[in-house]
Amino acid sequence: MSHGGGSPPVEVRGLVKRYGELAAVDGVDLTVNPGDVYGYLGPNGAGKTTSLRMMLGLIRPTAGTVRLFGRDPTVTVRALERVAGFVEAPTFYPYLTGRRNLDLLAAYDGDGAKGRVDRSLELVELADRAGDRVGGYSHGMRQRLGIAAALLRDPELLLLDEPTTGLDPGGMRDMRELVRRLAGEGITIMLSSHLLTEVEEVCNRVAIVRSGKIVYEGEIATLKGAGAMTYSVSTTDDERALAVCRAQPAISDVRVRDGRVCFTADHAAVAELSQALVEAGALIVALTPQTASLEDLFFSLTEGEAAGAPVPLGEGEPLEAAP
Amino acid sequence: MTPGVGTVYRWELLKLRYQKRTYLGLGAAAIVPILFVVAIHFRHNRHGGDFAFSSYLTKSGLAVPLVILLFGAIWMFPLITALVAGDIFASEDHNGTLKTILTRSLERWQIFAGKGLAAVTYAIAAILINGTVAVVAGSVQSGFNPLQSLSGTIVSAPKALELVYVSLLVYLIPILTITAIGLLLSTVTRNSAAAVVGTLMVSLLFQLLGILPGLGSLQPYLLSTQFNAWQGLLRTPIDWAPIVRAAWVCAVYGIPSLAAAYIVFLRRDVAGG
Repeated sequence: MSHGGGSPPVEVRGLVKRYGELAAVDGVDLTVNPGDVYGYLGPNGAGKTTSLRMMLGLIRPTAGTVRLFGRDPTVTVRALERVAGFVEAPTFYPYLTGRRNLDLLAAYDGDGAKGRVDRSLELVELADRAGDRVGGYSHGMRQRLGIAAALLRDPELLLLDEPTTGLDPGGMRDMRELVRRLAGEGITIMLSSHLLTEVEEVCNRVAIVRSGKIVYEGEIATLKGAGAMTYSVSTTDDERALAVCRAQPAISDVRVRDGRVCFTADHAAVAELSQALVEAGALIVALTPQTASLEDLFFSLTEGEAAGAPVPLGEGEPLEAAP
Repeated sequence: MTPGVGTVYRWELLKLRYQKRTYLGLGAAAIVPILFVVAIHFRHNRHGGDFAFSSYLTKSGLAVPLVILLFGAIWMFPLITALVAGDIFASEDHNGTLKTILTRSLERWQIFAGKGLAAVTYAIAAILINGTVAVVAGSVQSGFNPLQSLSGTIVSAPKALELVYVSLLVYLIPILTITAIGLLLSTVTRNSAAAVVGTLMVSLLFQLLGILPGLGSLQPYLLSTQFNAWQGLLRTPIDWAPIVRAAWVCAVYGIPSLAAAYIVFLRRDVAGG
């Protein structure tokens, strides 16, 4: 079932694509592990599609490597065995019917793909429109036909570029449902998106990309819980607690909000503070972390000064202040 | 079944069957001889036969395909050829389908070979349809009669029919070169209209070079000259020299064009679409 002696589905190292002076992708490293639903998140123009094109062997990297199950897609199309997907909107021959398009692609796939045409059409709920020319399909139908075309390859890895873009809310919901269902069948999925909520909803791991560079890669849960966070503390003597907080060098942004002392600190500083409070006689009644909103983190990571160096973060490392 | 060049070739032929330009090209190839014969019929009746090639055309219907080859060389056959050869890669760019077919299980060279063979098949079909319709329509108009060769000898009708088809095959040599140029422009420009017009312009440019004063010594080595190589077949004895020259001159133009198209297609980034 698995390939390459346990090589991960996607392993990208130092990937660069330059167009003249412009670096569309600028040293991307990422790893997608088996079973991941991996979000490749970033604003439009961050280099997501260019990265996916290189992963599918459509364009050559200026530098760096892509390995899919250990194989290089820029060398041979055999690297795409059990790999499927699309970049930008999926495209088909407009003068052929949906079914004919899938027949053609199944013929180009070989390996029993022809026998999967009907099931794929049913899975994306296009069986009743399969006899119509694709030229008359709506955007959402083409998007679903794109998924059907990918499923013909009986993939272990799906690479989907903004699969919900251009869909109405119902279509987006159906597409996310489909992605979850496919992930539930054991398919590893990497999907790009500029929608944070989408990635949060369907993905377990994420790479955040800005101006061609990865500014975070790791678990979504880690991203949410990592780094300096805001806490509120309630003690037996809040006035004294306020003074103690202000005296701690590793604690910042100390203020009183709704009658409680609030501050920003990392894990170590909070541990030290709790001891200092006890020593000062302000006994802790409640110490509550205010979970950072993923959206705040996303914007702080992707909307820094474009020229500023992004914070390089390893997997699961604490998230430092964004540039 | 393992997919290969044959898979691409079969599907390319099927795709051609669904495209208007295929019928435009093959339709023109079929209709031109009919219009030509109708024109002969009316002119002959009205003017008593004093027009170019009139005696030739009214004595034997087998002269009709040959006279069409003579006139079709300038733009008609290159245009019909370019309609598909210039479009076959560029339309994939236009539809954005190149990325769709390149992410399946076929290597780029297999896609290139299948498409190239389909373009060649179409060119051969266009020439054969044209020749066959011309033979039938000409024979209906002027009879399936013996033909006078360019050396003045009379060739029997069955022998003349054979010569017509061998002439069509010889005529295919420069047409295949035009196909190669069309494939090159199709991969390089990624634009169907530019590739079709560009291919036709290359063909016309050669014609122009051929009539420029002072370039007479170049004449035998121009692509345009090779369109007349088949005339060697209609001499007694057959003059093979222009045919042999057509083979190597066309190879000199065609093989580098095809090789360049191949390299461009194999190495290009598939972005956009």
